[in-house]
Amino acid sequence: MTALLESTSVSPTTRPARSGPVKPRWTFAGTATTVGAVILAIVWLVPLLWALDTSLKPEPETTRAPITWFPQSPTIGAYRSVIDQGDLIRWFLNSTIVSILVTALTLVVSVLAAYGFSRTTFPGRRVLFGIIIAGILVPPQVLIVPLFQEMTRLGLVDTYFGIVLPQVVAPVMVFVLKKFFDGISRDYEDAARVDGASRWRIVWSVMVPMSRPILVAVGIFTFIGAWNNFLWPFIVTTDPSMMTIPVGLANVQGSYGLRYAQIMASAVLGGLPLLIVYALFQRNVVRGVGDAGIKG
Amino acid sequence: MEKADWKQRWGGLFFVAPFLLLFVVFMLWPVISGFWNSFFNTSLAGVKHEFLGLQNWRDLFGDPAVWSSLKNTLVFTAMSTPPLVIVALVMALLANRKGLLGWLLRFSYFAPFVLPATVVTLIWVWIYQPGFGLVNGLLTAGGFAEIDWLNTDNRAMLAVVITTVWWTVGFNFLLYLAALQGIPEQVYEAARIDGANGLQQLFRITLPLLSRTTGLIAVLQLVASLKIFDQIYLMTNGGPNYATRPIIQYIYESGFTSYRIGYASAISYLFFAIIVIVAVAQFKLFSGRGESA
Repeated sequence: MTALLESTSVSPTTRPARSGPVKPRWTFAGTATTVGAVILAIVWLVPLLWALDTSLKPEPETTRAPITWFPQSPTIGAYRSVIDQGDLIRWFLNSTIVSILVTALTLVVSVLAAYGFSRTTFPGRRVLFGIIIAGILVPPQVLIVPLFQEMTRLGLVDTYFGIVLPQVVAPVMVFVLKKFFDGISRDYEDAARVDGASRWRIVWSVMVPMSRPILVAVGIFTFIGAWNNFLWPFIVTTDPSMMTIPVGLANVQGSYGLRYAQIMASAVLGGLPLLIVYALFQRNVVRGVGDAGIKG
Repeated sequence: MEKADWKQRWGGLFFVAPFLLLFVVFMLWPVISGFWNSFFNTSLAGVKHEFLGLQNWRDLFGDPAVWSSLKNTLVFTAMSTPPLVIVALVMALLANRKGLLGWLLRFSYFAPFVLPATVVTLIWVWIYQPGFGLVNGLLTAGGFAEIDWLNTDNRAMLAVVITTVWWTVGFNFLLYLAALQGIPEQVYEAARIDGANGLQQLFRITLPLLSRTTGLIAVLQLVASLKIFDQIYLMTNGGPNYATRPIIQYIYESGFTSYRIGYASAISYLFFAIIVIVAVAQFKLFSGRGESA
């Protein structure tokens, strides 16, 4: 009841006029833009819906011409056979483990490094930071050959650490976080120091909480990047039981032959978790990108 | 006392140490050893067989596959960069609104970006199928002739570009959206008071204020497009007749299929040099413009 009262009290009609943006009146241009926006959104969603649609068709219907928009007799048979016959669950598990490890390790080492470069001094600090920032220019693809040789020697081929560790080196994260830390007033730290906090303590109890939105955004992008990374896991895994979803799916494409419902079912299963994660965190992603000052 | 001094002077290094260790082992060392490799005939396991001097580098300049794959990479970059900037800008202008509709628009435009390359290519190879694919289904329904997108020399690259724009435009869209939301509302209010209409506001205020963002997005996109590999490898495997094979695929094939590690390394460094030149040139151009604005 109170909630209802509150919601009426802030309704547009009773709200006192503010100096904020005036609600635009109906205009032709406004309506046209809305229609255009919706059409573009539909165009962008059609490939996803088409994949979902195909995955629910019985196999013979997928190759029928002319194409049918909706399955005549929808079935989840394709999902069942994909899950039964393949290593899909195993790849899911691998992708989850790898992505969580990459995200957690990237956040920890990047936060520490960003704090070190932002708030402490030691001889050679500037030169070191310059070298690391230059690393942003190194395309990971250039490193695949020497990295693979290194992994062979270290015995890390077909291991989680072999897949994970090279992905943790993200100079751009250190750069973005350092820039953000530079903008945080030193007063907070000084207050904590007066209370007897060590520098390690300050990192976790002052810097991290104050930069939560950007850490969430950086974390989500790292997670998406790690889940989707194709080239490196493709190079460093040979054992199907160590493959991640993108690598496994690329391998299995051939073995399904021309069973498109099954191919699309595996595509849907491979893409769905990320769509859900993104839907849940969309607000943080947009805000975090703004906070990161990437907007220039 | 002495210990405290030491801590004061070097203590900060401990914060940097974990990242630094990983950086040295998994980036700096491979960068150096890759360069070193390029002067040898090396095995995949890292055993150096013989010193070749500049032989790999000389081979590279006489290898037509290097130049054709480089050309494909540049063609892809030239075809994909303009739509990836312009469509992203249009999307950001359209989706910069509050409420459920805004949320739905932002979700739709960005959603493909979160998908793995494999999922994207599985979907699009299916869409491009002759006979029962969505694109050809629509073409025939509209009375047009079918196109065998992925097996026709001059269509395959276009097909890859369309897929790439659909897949990755969301990231640029997000950068534009963040920039748009950073423009203070008062600027528009002042313009409205002066009697500026919507189009005038767009061309006199919004677009000029976004010019720095556009420069940044163009640089990032050029470099990203030069790194094309995943979707081409998965959609066309570089075909038909190597018409879409990018330079990274040639590096991969030289190293992991032909086992010419030293040679693959030499090509890697040629590619690296191109990336650096493009990035530095673009950065110079764009930071210069930023100062004058």
